[in-house]
Amino acid sequence: MINLKDNSKINKMSSTARTTTLSTTEKVTLSLKKRHQKERRFKNVGLFAVLFGFMLVVVLISDITAKALPAFHQHWVKIDMDYKANWLNIDGSSKQSILAKQMKKANYRSALKKSLYLMFPTPSGKSLSRKDKRQLFKLFSSNAEFTLKDTLITTPEHLNKQISVWVRLDDDVDSYLKEGFASGEAGLRLSKQQAQWIKQLASAQRIESRFNFSFFTASDSREPELAGIRGALTGTLLTLFVTLLLSFPLGVAGALYLEEFAPKNRWTDFIEININNLAAVPSIVFGLLGLAIIINIFGLPRSAPLVGGIVLTLMTLPTIIISSRAAIKAVPPSIREAALGLGASKMQVTFSHVLPQATPGIITGAIIGIAQALGETAPLLMIGMVAFIVDVPTSIVDSATVLPVQIFLWADSPERAFLAKTSAAILVLLTLLLVINLTATVLRSKFEKK
Amino acid sequence: MKNLDIKQVELTETVGNIYADSAKMSIRNADVYYGSKQAIHNVSLDLAKNQVTALIGPSGCGKSTFLRCLNRMNDTIDICNITGEFTLDNQDIYAKNLDPVLLRARVGMVFQKPNPFPKSIYDNVAYGARIHGLTNNKAELDEVVETSLQKAGLFNEVKDRLKDPGTGLSGGQQQRLCIARTIAVSPEIILMDEPASALDPIATAIIEELIDELKEKYTIAIVTHSMQQAARVSQHTAYFHLGKLVEMGKTEDIFTHPKHKLTENYITGRFG
Repeated sequence: MINLKDNSKINKMSSTARTTTLSTTEKVTLSLKKRHQKERRFKNVGLFAVLFGFMLVVVLISDITAKALPAFHQHWVKIDMDYKANWLNIDGSSKQSILAKQMKKANYRSALKKSLYLMFPTPSGKSLSRKDKRQLFKLFSSNAEFTLKDTLITTPEHLNKQISVWVRLDDDVDSYLKEGFASGEAGLRLSKQQAQWIKQLASAQRIESRFNFSFFTASDSREPELAGIRGALTGTLLTLFVTLLLSFPLGVAGALYLEEFAPKNRWTDFIEININNLAAVPSIVFGLLGLAIIINIFGLPRSAPLVGGIVLTLMTLPTIIISSRAAIKAVPPSIREAALGLGASKMQVTFSHVLPQATPGIITGAIIGIAQALGETAPLLMIGMVAFIVDVPTSIVDSATVLPVQIFLWADSPERAFLAKTSAAILVLLTLLLVINLTATVLRSKFEKK
Repeated sequence: MKNLDIKQVELTETVGNIYADSAKMSIRNADVYYGSKQAIHNVSLDLAKNQVTALIGPSGCGKSTFLRCLNRMNDTIDICNITGEFTLDNQDIYAKNLDPVLLRARVGMVFQKPNPFPKSIYDNVAYGARIHGLTNNKAELDEVVETSLQKAGLFNEVKDRLKDPGTGLSGGQQQRLCIARTIAVSPEIILMDEPASALDPIATAIIEELIDELKEKYTIAIVTHSMQQAARVSQHTAYFHLGKLVEMGKTEDIFTHPKHKLTENYITGRFG
């Protein structure tokens, strides 16, 4: 062994002298330091890459979560509602059955307005100006009259009584309460008078922040305080259901045929190249194909999860086929030979040995494909899933939208409250992705154990 | 030691005796091509019934290729092209109306590397009987599994853990499991492709003993690289060289009085 400190001296020696005079041990020792340095450098670069990626994810998730949090609660206000029969345009003396019918058609809006004017008397005792009236009414969600209606229909004995009812505040007020209220600044969208009213209500303990259940139970709406993701979530699940139902069996069958049964000739090479190319086709092209063929020629309904599922199947199929083929190829040939040697038919070899062994890999591929489909927007825009749909779809032929499209729509909306909704919808989408991936991991480890 | 240029030796005829008194399987004028490359040149021989025939020769001489022709395992290789006459009990095994599935049920195979299925020991042995529908109920299947494992000399070692995965056994046990799996189908011929090449001497001895017992019921063809093994277990020996059958005869004749120069060189260890 030579002393490493002498390296510099030895390095200065001519190369020919080194090669002729140094033993292998000495030469290796000389190069060791450099090699270790290289290794350390590479390790550091790798570590940096991992940390950088991790940091980006943390920043992304925390940013979205911070932005999304306001969407999960909203402010309600307690108003003193006068269910006066003549305000509601109800004949209080009618029979019970007729009364119920009248309650459904009653004019709650005017009754609400009149109740509100009573709640906010002007200091001089005069009635509010037209402008103030309009501004006062705007503080409350357009949904308030329906809340009042539901309350009266479930408890008809409230008729002709003054009752405290909790209703939603308008989204601008909600945003003001969440952001600007503490600092005392009047929000951009609220007048000084409106801010004053809100302060009044808050000091009277009439305003309450509640968990926003309707975000998960309601569908899209023009009013941000009413908009929810249930419609988009259901649409996504229905679309993915169709996609999985079509692409998984087709993809696995295609991969099995190409790997195990197809003769190896020019045709199969041609098909393989085409499948690989298909995986790289921009997804919007599949959307155009869906519009031109599935909707215009086959006449399937537009905006439907069925069509969305078929289009996404076209997109995921190559992914599933390619990864399934790789998984099938990885099954050791010795297993196939063993089964063939026992007299198993090709079908038996495939289904009792190749497929079970390839299943974990196939599932991984399918999940990657489905996750891709989950986040896909462009092809669905082409087939009309971008429409404003208020109803929750109940079948695969109902009009629907999907989560990424919903996010796109909300991100495009001018109302400030949709900002939080957008982030909240992204969180839901990411959660869904996480659930799908977890399921895949559980399934895979289950199959691997077998 | 003489350095031999093996390519210059004329190999037009096989010397010795290729014929058996009671042939279970007969091969005449077999040629095998992989694409344009010829792997087997005009090989003819008989496999004697209830006897062990050893196929020996240097690596790459076509022994394994030849063995795999006997149960049509080469069918799975697209570029493999086989001509010649292969008969089992005077039936052409390459006849168009003969299903390779049926052939392989009659001609079993044990491979060089132990290749148990990633399933339980029981399922490994039961698989063949199951796919061919050889048993009518669970009790019969249990019986087949037990007797097959017994014949392979493995039963006592694994009887308490039949549900354990077959891949968890030792190499020698795995190979015996593969033999048990082959026996469970009750084939008439067992082809063995270097069955002991991956095993230690003790496991090899067990397998060799087993082969000796198995020949009472089965006709066996075994490819081996070990001359001692060929001498110990076989009654007939065929020496292959560069895809040609150089010499065939009774094992004791081949090992004591080889007729061909190449055979002599090989078995005395001068090359190969």
